[in-house]
Amino acid sequence: MSKSLLVINRQSPWSGPSARETLDIVLAGGAFDLPIGLLFLDDGVFQLAPHQDAKAVQQKDLSANLQALGLFGIDEVFACSHSLAERGLSTPANAQPLDTAAICELIDRYDQVITL
Amino acid sequence: MKFAIAVFSAAHAPSSRRALLFAQAALAGGHEIVRLFFYQDGVHSASSNIVAPQDEQDIARQWREFVSQHSFDGVVCIAAALRRGVLNQEEATRYQRSAVNLDAPWALSGLGQLHDAAQSADRLICFGGA
Repeated sequence: MSKSLLVINRQSPWSGPSARETLDIVLAGGAFDLPIGLLFLDDGVFQLAPHQDAKAVQQKDLSANLQALGLFGIDEVFACSHSLAERGLSTPANAQPLDTAAICELIDRYDQVITL
Repeated sequence: MKFAIAVFSAAHAPSSRRALLFAQAALAGGHEIVRLFFYQDGVHSASSNIVAPQDEQDIARQWREFVSQHSFDGVVCIAAALRRGVLNQEEATRYQRSAVNLDAPWALSGLGQLHDAAQSADRLICFGGA
């Protein structure tokens, strides 16, 4: 049986290539049909904020990568509810909010974890 | 135990040196290293163009010698490397760039190699993440 991997995405979407590169790990894992989970934590939750205008900061839109998660079989997508609240963001449509205790359980449930 | 090691930081970062020390210790302890995978700024840890000051550790050279000496599978993510100007001869020719700063023992490949290593190892150990 395949080992499961949780990828924790902590970088804001427009602070450099990290957000995109972290999603690329998730999508690559999905392409290999591996059991992958994705947790948006800290500034990473900004990736889930609606109505972002990537062009205004001369960047490429990340929303296509986020929308591709489902196509790549990545159904386990979570967001830290504390990180969302701290940043004044409402519950995102595409990620399940988890409190701190649930995040601890989540990390425990996966065989491997990558935090970027 | 079988280890897969992922490095996300450049050679001048403490975490790259820690990764090297961990890999050496794992080997000395009789463990196996299935693959070393360099991603994000970790691709700079494989660059052959780094010149360390004489009174400082040359971590990029030490990585190169460590991987060569043990014939490890040292994989540098091609997309992350291209973005950061870490090119082997083939990519420098393909993109018509004048400089080559990646050579043996390193291989350029894709993220599938990270997942493959994580699947075949008992432990995936990451250095230099957020």
